[in-house]
Amino acid sequence: MTFIQPTSWPEALEARAAHPEAVPVAGGTDVLVELNFGRLHPSALMDLSRIAELRVWGRESGQVRVGSGVTYSEIIAHLVDDLPGLALAARAVGSPPIRNRGTIGGNLGSASPAGDCHPPLMAARAEVEVASLHRRRTIPISEFFVGPKRSVLGRDELIAAVWVPVATGPQVFTKVGTRNAMVIAVCSFALALHPPERRVGTGLGSAGPVPLPAHAAEQFLEGHLAETGAWESRAPLADSVLARFGQLVAEAARPIDDVRASAAYRRRALEVLGRRALSWCWDEYRGAKT
Amino acid sequence: MVLGRIPGSQDVRVSCTVNGERRVAEGVVPSESLLHLLREHLGLMGTKNACEQGECGSCSVYLDGVLVCSCLVLAGQAEGRAVTTVEGLAEGDELVRVQQAFIDAGAVQCGFCTPGLIMASHDLLRRIADPDDDEIREALAGNLCRCTGYQKIIDAVHLAARP
Repeated sequence: MTFIQPTSWPEALEARAAHPEAVPVAGGTDVLVELNFGRLHPSALMDLSRIAELRVWGRESGQVRVGSGVTYSEIIAHLVDDLPGLALAARAVGSPPIRNRGTIGGNLGSASPAGDCHPPLMAARAEVEVASLHRRRTIPISEFFVGPKRSVLGRDELIAAVWVPVATGPQVFTKVGTRNAMVIAVCSFALALHPPERRVGTGLGSAGPVPLPAHAAEQFLEGHLAETGAWESRAPLADSVLARFGQLVAEAARPIDDVRASAAYRRRALEVLGRRALSWCWDEYRGAKT
Repeated sequence: MVLGRIPGSQDVRVSCTVNGERRVAEGVVPSESLLHLLREHLGLMGTKNACEQGECGSCSVYLDGVLVCSCLVLAGQAEGRAVTTVEGLAEGDELVRVQQAFIDAGAVQCGFCTPGLIMASHDLLRRIADPDDDEIREALAGNLCRCTGYQKIIDAVHLAARP
């Protein structure tokens, strides 16, 4: 087993090209579990924790570029105003020592269907910036994942950053699990209202092989808000609208039965999460935040 | 779970500062954790090995001053860094306040989880001088104790904050 420890981004991309078989390790909160339990026997490990370029975040033309090595704790502490949905999801991850160590890039790279960052990134229509020695490309988050623990990331590529539009309206993230901490989501849901564009964004987690959008729910709500002038009037939403939105969220799910829950439970829970998330977001939009 | 020596493996040398002293370990397998480095190479048994998946918090240490699960850090990631374990909190025989509070509040039963809980409580009290119950429960959510029922641990953190 070879240990590769690049100290700069160019060095990391060179090492990646030379050792496509190397397993990248950032915070280690996923990879170390596999190593400790003997489920992973890589011929090489590449430590990404020394690359200063990956540890930074900053605003660029209406978006926040979040370096792939930024930890959940840093997102909670520094990005809650610009990216509230992502910050709420980060706070739902693991425990303080896990959040101190786990990174947004690691969450994407692991590509677990239960990754907590994925639903808010879907709702915000984020893009993933990846690079190899020879090219740099950005991938819409909705095209990044291709199956459980699989993404379009090439064997010669590393995740550089995530580009997330700065929030222009209320965003929430909500998750079902057996307790508030240390929980792999049974299912999760993120909602973002984008008032200037009159758009609605959604993301479902642990509800299919990849994070899913609820397009029908988005279109239903966008249509309702446009027809009734509710974006302008900020009038309360009828219970029937909340309920219909919840149903459409549940219908977008493609869940399975597994050790954490049955598919039927997940559908039902997502219906409730969808309804609640909309009522929280809309209350906040109306300025009636309680 | 003990990691065996992998044939053909390029063992590495890890040099870091542990509890203020420079320590060097030779022959570290790249996939070994910081927890393994501390216990098996450096003989520091205060940091406990239980779940090896970040669920229990027994192996909590500071890595460059940041609370982490040492089972989820590669030993090689600690190269050149400063590690503080539970053995490094006290100055000589003088326990730090949170350690004494765990004794005084009866927050220790079998004691296995105690080093991790001491580290997590110490970290909390550095950030929030006088935390309320919710803040304590959130900060200690990654530490499992199967004996106490947690109430006396929460009492101990309050006691350390307001002696």
